[in-house]
Amino acid sequence: MANETKKPALYLAEYDTPNAIAQAAMKVRDAGYKSWDCHTPYAMHGMDEAMGLKPTRIGVLSFIFGMLGVATAVILIQYTNAFDFDFLSIGAGYPLIVGGKPPGAFPSMVPIMFELGILLCGFATLFGLLGLIKLPMHNHPIFASDRFEAATDDKYFISIEADDQKFDLDRTRALLEATNPTYIELVEQEVL
Amino acid sequence: MSYDAPIKELGETSLLPEGTSAHDITETIAGVTENAAPRGWWLLFLLSLSALGAMTAALAYLFVQGVGVWGNNAPIYWAWDITNFVWWIGIGHAGTLISAILFLFRQKWRTSINRFAEAMTVFAVLCAGLFPAIHTGRPWFDYYLFPLPNQMDMWPNFKSPLMWDVFAVSTYLTISVIFWYVGLIPDFATLRDRSKNLTRKRIYGFFALGWRGAHRHWQHYERAYLIFAGISTPLVLSVHSVVSFDFATSVVPGWHTTIFPPYFVAGAVFSGFALVMTLMLICRSIFKLQNIVTIRHLDLMNKFMLGTALLVGYAYAMEFFIAWYSSNPYEQWVFFHNRLGWGQLDSSGNWGPLWWAYYAMVFCNVIVPQVFWFKRARTSVPIMLIASVLINIGMWFERFVIIVTSTYQDFLPSSWGMFHPTAIDILTYVGTFGLFFTLFLLFVRWIPMIAIAEVKGNLPGAHPDMHAIEAHDEAPDALGAPVPAE
Repeated sequence: MANETKKPALYLAEYDTPNAIAQAAMKVRDAGYKSWDCHTPYAMHGMDEAMGLKPTRIGVLSFIFGMLGVATAVILIQYTNAFDFDFLSIGAGYPLIVGGKPPGAFPSMVPIMFELGILLCGFATLFGLLGLIKLPMHNHPIFASDRFEAATDDKYFISIEADDQKFDLDRTRALLEATNPTYIELVEQEVL
Repeated sequence: MSYDAPIKELGETSLLPEGTSAHDITETIAGVTENAAPRGWWLLFLLSLSALGAMTAALAYLFVQGVGVWGNNAPIYWAWDITNFVWWIGIGHAGTLISAILFLFRQKWRTSINRFAEAMTVFAVLCAGLFPAIHTGRPWFDYYLFPLPNQMDMWPNFKSPLMWDVFAVSTYLTISVIFWYVGLIPDFATLRDRSKNLTRKRIYGFFALGWRGAHRHWQHYERAYLIFAGISTPLVLSVHSVVSFDFATSVVPGWHTTIFPPYFVAGAVFSGFALVMTLMLICRSIFKLQNIVTIRHLDLMNKFMLGTALLVGYAYAMEFFIAWYSSNPYEQWVFFHNRLGWGQLDSSGNWGPLWWAYYAMVFCNVIVPQVFWFKRARTSVPIMLIASVLINIGMWFERFVIIVTSTYQDFLPSSWGMFHPTAIDILTYVGTFGLFFTLFLLFVRWIPMIAIAEVKGNLPGAHPDMHAIEAHDEAPDALGAPVPAE
């Protein structure tokens, strides 16, 4: 389209080897940037340290929801199989004596407590993951770069986003150039 | 040398051939979904689709006529349908074992086969779930299995192992699908970025969720993956234990044994590995993946099969020992007469009529895998193909033996009977292969069948050598020059 106005979105620097990107990441980290990232085709070990990231806390969410699942199973089984009061007209329970065991027997609850715990834990981990990494997001400006397609193949990239407080067209470029990238690009996005 | 390189002092070598690059891996695996399907694929696909059609017809006939079209009748109410259920769900277990348990044990060789095995899990559990659903006789009332509020105030009996099964199998299917999909996200992104036309880009892009390989994402992703592996491991053990409770909590001789949970789990892993092996050998040759699934991977899988075969063999022997040691005449009748064919002959002077099923099972599951003691057998594709097919047959017979030989002659001689499968029994079973292979062939054609990102992470030098970089950083004059790769 003609007359469209664009603004810088991020700097993209490409590297060929894991060591090169790890070294570059340390420099960007030490320069004090916050809104930046490394893009690698696979999970690269040692990068948490190189980027100065705090450990992830997704496990807390999984644990809480796993325990909620266990509690759900206990309430569900006790309500339906051990008592006969009607809660909010959803239907009263139906106490049954099977095999001479008391209606609310604990041992026979264990398998379903376990399964529901796992089920809720799994859902919490999936949706917790997507929430923490803010996906799905199909319109990230980084996709405007053709070169970036290699990030899921065999190249390593560092991106520094324009909304970082320290972002500066010249100084950020100089910093990235000092890390010996094989390629450097200013990716722009349309101003809406 | 990086943290993840093979440890030379231990004699470890790289699993993939020397000089394989990350780009080669992308090309080989993503290429399968981009190139035209080989002729072999079409042949198998049409064959599977026909079998799926046969299953649909068999099910339609079943729904119209009722379960009387099967050979199930007093005293054998669980016959082929439950045999098939246990068999299919057991097949699925190897997928979870390979993807979750081997992940926890940091067995890097799993990366070449885990995606494949996970897909197999999902499809096998679908096939398995079909059987209890149609076994109810009136499957349109299957929603009674779930605790839904209803006008009759009727609830499921949660003390029944069959109810535990409903929860175990549906949780297993859900978690397997999630685990599989989470593993696929980065690989869908690879396919998206390689797509030449817009339709492909949009479809793969949709499933890739906008994945951009960011390390801030990988960090959470890796932990989530570890959690999935951590919860799948006890889950897979629980699912087949619960399946075995269907039998073990009853009083039927031959079923009422405490060895069942571990015995079922070992058998499940064993049969699943065998099916992964069969499928892998076929796909590997059709799609030319010999460089990614190497003979070393197959060798390791064969060792696993040998190990689980020994466990299963031990369980068979222990069942007999307990039957003898218990001095329980019913237990002994089931094991020595119904299964081995020994002892008192029946009225027409024959052995127990199903002895051959027991011997077929022992031959396939215990004797055949012994060839894997020999390296030559473990590295020979024809031998492992034949052995893996035989093991699958043997494991089907194991479930048949457990279900039918325990029930056709139990406590009361006046209620003894015999089971004969009908054509619909056979058609339904064969038809589930159609369902399984149709889904599986679509999977290998459109979805990366090997975990691209994980295989790349196992290449030598795939991870930065942090020791060298730190040492280098202490010499500030060398600012900017990257440490050369190994």
